[in-house]
Order: sequence, then structure tokens, then C-alpha cells
Amino acid sequence: MDQDPDSTTIPTQQGRPAIFAEGLKKAFGKVKALDGVDVSVQPGTIMAMLGPNGAGKTTFVRILATLMRPDAGRAEVAGHDVLKEPQVVRSLIGLTGQYAAVDENLTGRENLEMVGRLYHIGGSLARTRAKELLDRFELSDAADRRVRTYSGGMRRRLDLAASLVARPPVLFLDEPTSGLDPRSRQALWDIITSLVKEGTTVLLTTQYLEEADRLADYIAVIDHGHVIEEGTSQYLKECCGGDVLVQLRLSDRTQTAIAGEVLSTFGDDKLQIDERAGQVSLPVVDGTAILPEVVRRLDSRGITRYDVSLRQPTLDDVFLALTGRPVEEVQAEGTAGEVHQQGRGRKR
Amino acid sequence: MSMATASPSSSLAWTVPDTMVITWRTILRFIRLPQLLVLSTIQPVMLLLLFTYVFGGAISTQAVPMKYIQFLLPGFLVQIVVFGSTQTSVGLAEDLSRGIIDRFRSLPMSRAAVLAGRTLADALRYTFLAVLMVGVGYAIGFRFENGFGFAVGAIMLSVLFGFAFSWISAFIGMSVKDVETAQVAGFIWVFPLVFASSMFVPVESMPGWLQAFAKINPVTVTTDAMRGLCLGGPIWMHLWKSLTWIGGILVVFLTLAVNRYRRIA
Repeated sequence: MDQDPDSTTIPTQQGRPAIFAEGLKKAFGKVKALDGVDVSVQPGTIMAMLGPNGAGKTTFVRILATLMRPDAGRAEVAGHDVLKEPQVVRSLIGLTGQYAAVDENLTGRENLEMVGRLYHIGGSLARTRAKELLDRFELSDAADRRVRTYSGGMRRRLDLAASLVARPPVLFLDEPTSGLDPRSRQALWDIITSLVKEGTTVLLTTQYLEEADRLADYIAVIDHGHVIEEGTSQYLKECCGGDVLVQLRLSDRTQTAIAGEVLSTFGDDKLQIDERAGQVSLPVVDGTAILPEVVRRLDSRGITRYDVSLRQPTLDDVFLALTGRPVEEVQAEGTAGEVHQQGRGRKR
Repeated sequence: MSMATASPSSSLAWTVPDTMVITWRTILRFIRLPQLLVLSTIQPVMLLLLFTYVFGGAISTQAVPMKYIQFLLPGFLVQIVVFGSTQTSVGLAEDLSRGIIDRFRSLPMSRAAVLAGRTLADALRYTFLAVLMVGVGYAIGFRFENGFGFAVGAIMLSVLFGFAFSWISAFIGMSVKDVETAQVAGFIWVFPLVFASSMFVPVESMPGWLQAFAKINPVTVTTDAMRGLCLGGPIWMHLWKSLTWIGGILVVFLTLAVNRYRRIA
């Protein structure tokens, strides 16, 4: 086959979003993994799909990556329908899943060359790209060692490299950093950021709020198969978290309830009380203005030993405000919806 | 350019090169985990010796008009590939549980290549095993009696039979999806086929109802064809039945397994 290494002949259809889904539904028995999801990602941007385990993120990615058929709805990659033109879609995407899907008995280099050949980019180009990617992902020293000997972080990097061999314009990353140490996570973030700078469109799923905040241009918060809110990180913080968060940490935890009572006098709809940690927090519009009053009222109730802080809301606060439950709690109940995946013995 | 080659209409043309890539990958696994290959050869060698020396004496004096190793080995080659084929499902279930099948399915590659590559690599493994068993057989008194050409034909027939059974196994591997189940599910159906056949004892020594099964059993007709090829005697009357079975199994299970691969969620 005639291959121009710099060829960018991609049959993307002008004006279409790079990733598009409309009314996407998928059920596993009684569990509705996706219950009418609409998503649109513009070319050259990165969208994070943020949600707890079992929210439907993986199902969404699997449908867009042609691994699974939806029960209803429509999905397109670069203007190509995933059901009608699956092979075209496959030639346009790269996929990195939740665990490194690389062959342990091959070397890193062999893995990349194999994937290149299977993308049909030709043997010599596959070799060139494999070398480039091994350099870029700092795997050159281990390139000719079997993957069996790689650390978890190295495997993840290799897995991501494998999805980049054919330089696909659209990349799906399903929880690419779950279970990674902070240093490997940072390395992977840097790579993803530079890919998007080069024009790749990325859809990333994550349950790390920090990750979505750091990487994404646009965030869709998903829960129980619905997109419950979407927008920029800034928008989500403003719409759902308040401008600032007043947070009290009490030296004497038995005073937590009283402190909560005091704070609730400033608005109680989003008040958070954590008695075990001795913490109370409340999103407010003008923090600096009310702070002296908070201190005065606490004083009048005999609470004098505490830390008080004003901080920007994080996406954790956003999630809490949207679902009414903290992420950890959602995580625990989310496992019920995860049964179909565990039943297949693939989630580890 | 690159995209035109990946269109659905031409994906069939990629079946051969894609299959070669997967075959290469699977063979590397055999080479790099030699302990696996060695251990999987110890068992058949041990069985061959046990059958020859434990049952051999008792059986040969009664029902079999020849040295037992002569009677046993042609069928034993069939037995090796049939049991060997159970590994196909285990290997595929392993790839599935590690997410490697997901990766392959997300690539614009041929939909048949992952299974075809695995079964072809397994066919090479059977060739190695069959030649090795013939070597061990020669050491304990087995001799081909029908010339070199037919001897080669016999080994080819056993490998082809194993290749067909690998596709049954591939279908099982694609259906059960986890390694432990594949190990059990891959094995149980093989026992009645192997033992209720002419492989270890003549079919005539079995009760009537079992004879009915044993006579149409693909393992029996293939074993009989193997004996013809190895030792002389009627070949074609058994061979056509064996080849019909092989063709039928391939058509049915190739279709089923590839369909399963396409739709697996």
C-alpha cells in the first residue's frame, strides 16, 4: 500500500463534531447503564466524562469505540456512524482502557509494531512510529524487554502509545490513570495535554475530579446513565458550588453540630456537616463579607478553637451539590450497577 | 489513502496479513514460555508410555491383532490434537480477560484474524507435538508400515483434525469469557469423544448402544483413517468420512466463533 507518513487524509466531515452521541441507551438486564446520553465534542478539544463507578462511562466509551451496540440512539465519530461504518470509525480512533491491554509476552517495541500493522499503516511506518513513541514515552531503555517485566506505570504508557501508533484524530481514554502513582499520573497528563495541542480530540472518562479539572476543556458529569450537568470546569464550579466555600475545622469535634447550626443561619441548602472529621462547610456568594459575622456568632456560642478557611470549590463540591451525595458514597452504591462488568471478569 | 484501505469492503483482503500478525504473536508466546510447551508435552508422553505398558499387554492378547503400540499410536496422535485444542479456548479467554481482545476489536483489522491467527498457531503446535509423539513411539517400537508419503499424510490429517477442533474450542473461549470456566468447559465434552471411539480399544468390544455412537464419532473415523495411512489397509472409506467431519466442523464453528467475536460485548 502506498503510504505517506505525513498524510492527513482523514474522511472527517466538515462541521461535524469529532464525537457525537444522541439519545444513547444501553441496558444490562435491569440495570440501565446509559439512559439517553447526548454528547458532542468539538475537534481538537478534550472532554472529560466525570462520574463514579457504574455511572455508565465505560459503556459509553465501548459504544463509541464500536465494541458494543447501543439499544437505542445514534453515535458518530468524525461524522461516521459507529453502527453503519464501524471499520472507518476504527481507523479514526485510538482506545486505551482501564487496564493495560498489551501482550505480556511481547516486548514493548513488538507490541507497538503489531498494533501498527493491524492499523494497516505498513511495516516500515509501524517500525518508525514505534521507535518515536518509545522515545516520547520514555520507554526506549525497556523497548526490547518483555512487557511482563514492566511496572504498572510503564504498561499504561505503552498502552497509550499503542493507541497512538496510527496517529488517530480521535482518542478514547477510559480511566487512563486509575491505580497509577502520582508521578506516572502526572506523566500521562502531560502526554495527553500535548496530544490535544497537536490537534487530537480526546474523550476521557475519570472518577478523579482533579483530573477532569486539570485536563478538560469541557466536562460532562454523569450519574446513573444520565448527563446531569455539563460545561467548563469554571462554569460547573460557579453554577453548582457557590463562589467560595466557608470551611470550619473544629478542635473539639463535639461542637460540630453547634457550629453547623451557626453556619446554617447564612443559608442552609448546601450545608455540609462531617461530625467524624469535625468539619462544617457552606458555599456562599461573598465569603470575605460574612466571615467576621461567622466568627462573632461562633464566639457567642462558646466556640473559640477552630480553623476557618475560605476556598475555591472543587469538583468534589460540585458533584456533591449535583447529586446530593459525596463521591465516596456514590462510589459504594455504584458497585451495584457494575455487576455486569464484573460478571464478565474484566474489571480488576 | 490509508483510510480507503480500511473500508469495510476491503477488510476481507486484510484477513490474510492480519492473521499472519496474530499467528506470529501467538507463536512468540510458545517460544517465550518454553516451560508451558515442555509441560504440555510431558503429559502426552507419559500417557503414551502408560497406555502402552499398563494396558498394552492385556488388550493386545485379546482383541487387537497386532502389537498394541501399532494399534495405539495412530489414534494417539488424534487424541493429542483433540486435547491440545482445548488450549485454544483458554488462550482466547485469557486475551479476553486482559482486554487484549478489546484492543483488537477496536482496530480496523479483519474480524476473523484474531481467531484464525490463534487456531493456525495452534495447528503449528500440533505439528510439533505429533512429530514428537512419533519420535517417542519409534523409541518404544512403533513403525510406519505404509511408506513415507502416507506417514506425512497421517500427520497432516491429525493436524487438520486438531485445527477443526480448535475452532470448536475458539467458540467456547469466546462464549465463556473467563479463563477458569474455559479450562473446565473446554475439557468435559472431549472425554466421551476420545474414549467412546476406536482409539484405545476396538469399537466391537463396546455395548451396542455405545457402538452406535462410537461408529459415527469423528474421532473414530479419523483414527481409522490414521491407521490406514500409518499401517496400510483401507484408507478412503474412512478418510472421506473424516474429511467430511472436518469440513462440517470448520464451516459451522468458524461461522459461530467469528460471529461471537463480532458481537461479544
